Amino acid sequence: MRSWLDHVPRPLRAALPGRHGYSRRQTYILFLLPALVVIFAVIIFPWLFTIWMSLNDWQMGMQRAFIGPANFQNLATNTRFLETIPRTLFFTVLGVIAPLVLGVFAAEVFHQQFPLRGLLRGIFVMPMMTTPVAIALIFIMMYHPQLGVLNYLLSLVGIPPQLWIYDKNTVIPALVLVETWQWTPLVMLIVLGGLAALPTEPYESAVIDGASYWDMFRYITLPLVTPFLMVALIIRTIDALKSFDIIFVMTQGGPGTASETINIYLYLQAFSFFNIGHASAVVIVFFVIILALALILLAARERLRWTQ
Amino acid sequence: MDTVADLDALKHRLRKLGNKLALGFALLMVITPALFVMFWMLSLAFKNEIDNIAYPPVWIPNPPTLANYQQVFERSPFGRYTINSVIVSGSATLIGLLLGVPAAYGIAKGKAMGMGMLIMVARITPGLSYLIPLFTLFRFLRLTGTLAPVAITHLVITIPMIVWVMISFFEDIHPELEEAALVDGCSIWRAFVSVSLPLARPGIAVAAILAFIQSWNNFIFGAVLAGRETRTLPVAVFNSMTYEQLSWGPLAAAALIVTLPTLLLTIFVQRHIVTGLAAGAVKG
Repeated sequence: MRSWLDHVPRPLRAALPGRHGYSRRQTYILFLLPALVVIFAVIIFPWLFTIWMSLNDWQMGMQRAFIGPANFQNLATNTRFLETIPRTLFFTVLGVIAPLVLGVFAAEVFHQQFPLRGLLRGIFVMPMMTTPVAIALIFIMMYHPQLGVLNYLLSLVGIPPQLWIYDKNTVIPALVLVETWQWTPLVMLIVLGGLAALPTEPYESAVIDGASYWDMFRYITLPLVTPFLMVALIIRTIDALKSFDIIFVMTQGGPGTASETINIYLYLQAFSFFNIGHASAVVIVFFVIILALALILLAARERLRWTQ
Repeated sequence: MDTVADLDALKHRLRKLGNKLALGFALLMVITPALFVMFWMLSLAFKNEIDNIAYPPVWIPNPPTLANYQQVFERSPFGRYTINSVIVSGSATLIGLLLGVPAAYGIAKGKAMGMGMLIMVARITPGLSYLIPLFTLFRFLRLTGTLAPVAITHLVITIPMIVWVMISFFEDIHPELEEAALVDGCSIWRAFVSVSLPLARPGIAVAAILAFIQSWNNFIFGAVLAGRETRTLPVAVFNSMTYEQLSWGPLAAAALIVTLPTLLLTIFVQRHIVTGLAAGAVKG
């Protein structure tokens, strides 16, 4: 990959400072081209297709018909779809708060000095690298109402057996538990990075002033680590909204539709009923929801940065 | 002897001991869930069926059995699926490196963060939304039933991951080194190949491993696009759950087979995981 600049004699090049920088930048952009072409093919094409299909009535194998915004009007009155939205948000709120609280706690622990810290941190981090389908399978067995090991452990401390994912009232918290098990390490690692960058002076003077451990955490650590918490919050929110594997493998939206999130509904419409037009409209609504939440959180993060 | 000072010293030591105990207890609470689930997976995978459904549960396999693994490989072509997964994730990672590493270099040196954002959109978009159009397209092209569509869609996972990890590695390389090469008359391409690329080698290894793990763990692309012969491992594991008599030993064995490679690879990249999974957002 050579730019035209390579043909210009070097003494002359030095005489063109402005253009020199500009054209070098152009050459760097050339490095991007191959990836952009592929990204375009695998991302932009699907988006154009999706937008077009959302305006059509098309079930795979049937005649396609242009129907304008009718798919969206249909969604606005489709109770089964509408119910998936608060359900998804409920799942997301739980699936963000639990890993965040536990992740901060774990980061505080791993920020201390103790023997075998590296090894133990490695073990703690492992869940986030495991295959979600495999973990979902293990949790199905652990959640078994009669033979599951979790109900046995509960019985040891005198708690009656639970139905976990087999009851419509506990299914979402039970799924969030799996999600939390897998993703708390990510929050921990982000916050741990933040803790490592903290200055030590405030703590030293706080100790001299006789501050308690909790006070130091509440008034020094937490405010200083907030930017990192915001990053974890944004990543977790996006990932929890998109969560699919664990829910699909463990319940496929059941019992009934009690754990049917937007993503599960989308899958069923697209690949069980092959309602491509309808599913494409769901994709667009879903993407708008994710984007809106991501932008709100990003704006909140900016504001936080300015007020500090 | 000053008893007050003695008492103070005792108090101090007690307090230190208390802190140590509290830390130990906190550590135990933090680490137990991860250890317990892993232990239980191992336990189920090496016990016979009677012990697996015993209540109260049998903790340690006695004697440990390999019968579950035998069943996994006998009942379905699990060897075939393992090879499929290696081909899909391997080629998606290799192509991802070929396209993603130069792209990350271009973004880092050309300060083209806008381009980076475009690639970031890939992370925000739910995987299912690519699948509807691509599934239709691949059916139209009669590519379904081959490994190609699965590998191609996995680029959506590997390219953004590699680009984001590599951007931060290229930004950390000292610009003077390259500047020197350019002043000596190297073209930008040569400076990239012979100066930056060798310096970024550790980063490339991390990026490749993280991308491979993410692709290996992916379930949904294979679930939609793969046929009977072209299933990847996570899809095969899911299918063994739905179509066979639900027996726990083989299921746990299958789960262990899928997830073991990711755990082994994790050991190599433990320190760099944050860079991989959070880079863009942390820096942005």
